[in-house]
Amino acid sequence: MKTVNQKGWFFVLPVLLLVAFNALIPMMTVVNYSVQETFGNNLFLWEGLTWFQQLLTEERFYKALGRQFMFTGLILVIEVPLGIAIALSMPRQGIWVPVCLILMALPMLIPWNVVGAMWNIFTLPDIGLLGYFLNNVLGINYDMTQDPIAAWVTIITMDVWHWTSLVVLLAYAGLVSIPDAYYQAAKIDGASNWSVFRFIQLPKMKPVLTIAILLRFMDSFNIYTEPFVLTGGGPGNSTTLLSIDLVKRALGQFDLGPAAAMSLIYFAITLLVSWLFYTLMTKDDLN
Amino acid sequence: MAKITLSNLRHSYYPNPSEPSDYALKEIDLDWNDGGAYALLGPSGCGKSTLLNIISGLLVPSEGRILFDDKDVTDLPPDRRNIAQVFQFPVIYDTMTVYDNLAFPLRNRGRDEVTVKTRVTAIAEMLELTDMLSQKAAGLSPDNKQKISMGRGLVREDVNVVMFDEPLTVIDPHLKWKLRSKLKELHQRIKATMIYVTHDQTEALTFADQVVVMQDGEVVQIGTPVELFERPAHTFVGHFIGSPGMNVLPCSLIDGQAYFTDHPVALEGAISGSPKGRTEIGIRPEFVTLAKSGLSATVSKVSDVGRHTVVECDAGGSKIRAIISGAGPEKGAPVFLNFQQNQTRLYVDGWIATHAQEAQS
Amino acid sequence: MQKRSIVPIIYILFLLLPIYWLVTMSFKTTNEILGGFSLFPQTFTLENYRVIFTDPTWYWGYINSISYVTLNMVISIAVALPAAYAFSRYRFLGDKQLFFWLLTNRMAPAAVFALPFFQLYSAVGLFDTYLAVALAHCLFNVPLSVWILEGFMASVPKELDETAYVDGYSFPRFFVTIFLPSIKAGVGVAAFFCFMFSWVELLLAKTLTAVAAKPIAAIMTKTASSAGYELGLLAAAGTLTIIPGAIVIYFVRNYIAKGFAMGRV
Repeated sequence: MKTVNQKGWFFVLPVLLLVAFNALIPMMTVVNYSVQETFGNNLFLWEGLTWFQQLLTEERFYKALGRQFMFTGLILVIEVPLGIAIALSMPRQGIWVPVCLILMALPMLIPWNVVGAMWNIFTLPDIGLLGYFLNNVLGINYDMTQDPIAAWVTIITMDVWHWTSLVVLLAYAGLVSIPDAYYQAAKIDGASNWSVFRFIQLPKMKPVLTIAILLRFMDSFNIYTEPFVLTGGGPGNSTTLLSIDLVKRALGQFDLGPAAAMSLIYFAITLLVSWLFYTLMTKDDLN
Repeated sequence: MAKITLSNLRHSYYPNPSEPSDYALKEIDLDWNDGGAYALLGPSGCGKSTLLNIISGLLVPSEGRILFDDKDVTDLPPDRRNIAQVFQFPVIYDTMTVYDNLAFPLRNRGRDEVTVKTRVTAIAEMLELTDMLSQKAAGLSPDNKQKISMGRGLVREDVNVVMFDEPLTVIDPHLKWKLRSKLKELHQRIKATMIYVTHDQTEALTFADQVVVMQDGEVVQIGTPVELFERPAHTFVGHFIGSPGMNVLPCSLIDGQAYFTDHPVALEGAISGSPKGRTEIGIRPEFVTLAKSGLSATVSKVSDVGRHTVVECDAGGSKIRAIISGAGPEKGAPVFLNFQQNQTRLYVDGWIATHAQEAQS
Repeated sequence: MQKRSIVPIIYILFLLLPIYWLVTMSFKTTNEILGGFSLFPQTFTLENYRVIFTDPTWYWGYINSISYVTLNMVISIAVALPAAYAFSRYRFLGDKQLFFWLLTNRMAPAAVFALPFFQLYSAVGLFDTYLAVALAHCLFNVPLSVWILEGFMASVPKELDETAYVDGYSFPRFFVTIFLPSIKAGVGVAAFFCFMFSWVELLLAKTLTAVAAKPIAAIMTKTASSAGYELGLLAAAGTLTIIPGAIVIYFVRNYIAKGFAMGRV
C-alpha cells in the first residue's frame, strides 16, 4: 500500500513547473486570443464569445470536424484489428523476434514530414513505385492530386503504414506476457482457437490495447504534418482535416481569434472523447 | 477412469540426443493403477514435470508409448485424452464468472446446459465454491482461484486422470494444509486416478498412497510413504525423505562383514550377490542410539528441535546424526554410537544390497 | 506456425517498400529520377550524399536535430524520475488529478500551440536555441516518461526502499546507487520514446527556430521550395533521417515491447 505523504508534491514540482510553463501560458494566450479581435500592432478589441458562436454555426468547421472523425474512425477500425492479427501471427521467441520488432518500428522513427514526402514520392503516377505500378501495370487511373477518393485512400494507407506497428508492439507485449500454462490449460479444456483468443489472449491484451487505442486516437485526431505534406489538404478541401484547417486559418488567413476559439473547441473534443474511451474501456476493472 | 501404463518412455529436449545426459527422462516403465492417489516426488529438474506433460499430452515423448487402459494414446492431443491438469499458478479465465469457468470444459465438449448445470453445481458444492458461482473469477484469492482450476478438471465425469503440478506453490501457508486435506477428501469421493507432482516431501507423503521418487530423469523408488521411510531403495531416497535424512557412511567389505573405519557393523541381513563398486552403510538417525560402548565419536553439534534432540557426531571424518529423546550431551563430548541392526543396510553404488531379515516371531 | 508467418512477412514488405523507394532514389541523379521510371538506379551515384556531408547548411541540420533531441531526452528523464517515484510510492493530495492532467497534455494538438509557443519563447529570449525546442518537446515527452517510469517503478517492491533506509542510506544515495539500476530498463525505454517523439516532431521545432537551431527536417522543406525539385538530394537527406532512429531502436529492441506492457492504465 502507498503511504500518504505530502512530500510527493516536492518530487512532482519540477514536472509541474515545466509542463505548466509549456501548457498553461500558451493555453492562456490562446484563451486570450479567442475572445478578442486583433488588427495587428498590438491592437485588441474585446469580442466575448463571438468567435465561438461564429465557428459553431459555420459549415466549414463541421465539415473539417466530420473529415477528422472519419479519418480517425477509419484508421482505428483498420489499425487495431490489423495490429492484433499481426501480433498474433508473430513468432514468440527466436532470432526473428528482434528482427521483426526493429523492422516494424522503423516507420515510427522517421520524421513526420519525411513520411509525408516519402509517400508523395512513392505515389507519384509517373515516377513513384506505387503510382507507376497502379497506373501502368494494373491500369487503374490513380492520381491523388485529382481524385479525392484516391487522396483519402492514400492518407489512410500512409497512416496504416506509419502507425500500425504501434498497435503490433503493444499487442505483442500483452501476448508474450501470457504464461504457457494458460495455453496448456485451454488445450486440456478442449478450447477452440477462437475461444483461446476470446477468453485468454484478448482479456490479457486489454490493458495494452486500451493504451494503444488511446494513443492512436489522440495522435490521429491531432495529425497535421504528414497529410499536410502529402496532400496539402486537397484536392479541393477533401482531405483538409481539423488541424490543417486550423493552421490555414491561423497562419494562412491570420484569423487569430477564430483560430484560437477553434483550438479550444478542438482540445475540448479530444479531451472528451479520450475520457470517454478511457472510462468505457476500464469500467469493468473498477468493480 | 483408467489404468495408465508408461512403457520404455524416454524423452529428450534435444533433436538428436546421443549421451544419457541429453535425456530429461531415461527409460521409464510404470503402471499407475485406476483410482490410485500417487505423488511424483523429486528435486527441481529431476524430470517430474516433463513426465507429467507427457502423460497429459502437452509433450510427445522421444521414445516409448503411453497406454490408457491398454489403449495407445501416445499421439493423441491433450483434449482427446480426457485428462485434467492443475498448474503451479492458478489458471482461470478472467472475464468469466466462476460458474462459466467451471462450465467451460463441458461446453467445449458440447454437453447440454442441463448436464452442465448439474455437474457444475455438484463440483462447486464439493469445493465450497457455491457462494461465489456468480462472481467474476478475476477478483478471487489465490486459493479460490486454484480451487476453480481444480474444479475445471473434476467437472468432467469421464476424466481419466487428474494431475497436479505443484499446485500449492502460491497458496498462503495456513491455507496449504486445508487445501491439501480437501484434495485427499476429493480423491476419496471421486475415486479418480490422481497424480500429484511436488518437491515437498510432506505434501507427497500426506497426499499419496504410493509415492514415486525421481532423480535425474529416473524413477528410483516406488512405494508407500512407510516403505520409503523404512527401506529406501537408494541412498538418494534416504537423503531426500526424512528430516534429517539418512546417514550414509562409506564402508569396506571383508568376507561379507561390513566395516566403518575399523569398526565392524552388523547389517540387517544377507548381502545379495557379490557387490562390486562403491559400498556404503545407510542408517536413519532415528535408529542411532548413544550407548556406553560402540563406535566412538565426538559430538560436533546439538540441536533441540522440539520433541527430540538431533545430535551430530564426527566419527572417522564422517558426520553421523542421531535423534534421541531428552537432552543431548555437551558439544565436544566423546560418545559411543550404536546402530539398530535391523535398520542398518548396505548400499552398493547407491542401490540397496541387503535383504531384509526374515520376520522372526 | 510456418503458414502464419506469412502475415508478418507481408506486413514488413509493405513497410519496407516506401523506404526502399526513398533509398533507391537517393542513389539516382535528379535527371534520372525525372527522366522516367526505373526500379534500380541506372547510374549509381553518391553525389547526393556528398552534397549533404560537405554543405554546412545540410549537415548542421543533423547536428541541430541531434542536439535538441538529446537535450530533451536528458531534461525529460531528469524531471520525470522524481515525479514517477512520487506517483509510484506516495499518495498525496490531488495525485490522481495531477496524473490525468499530465496525460492530457499529450492530447493538445501541436498546431494549437505553435503560435503561442513562438510568442512565449521569443518573450523569454530563447527563440532559435536548442533549449527552446528541447523544452517545448517536454510538453508531450515528460507526461509519457512519467507514465512509463511509473509502471516500472511500481513493479519494484517497496521493501527495497525500506531495506535501504534501515541500512542507513540517505535518499539521494539510495535513489542513485540502488533504485536507478533496478529500473534501468525503464529508463532506457522512456529515453527511447523521448528520442522518438522529439526526433519525428517538426511543427514546433520549425516554429521555434530560424537559423542557428533549425532541424534537418525543416531544412529539407525549405530546400524543396528554394532549390526547385532536387528529388535525389531530398531522398538522400530523408534516408539519413532514418538512420539515428534505426540505431537507437537496435539498442532497446529487447525492452520496447516490455516497456509498453508495464505502463499502467
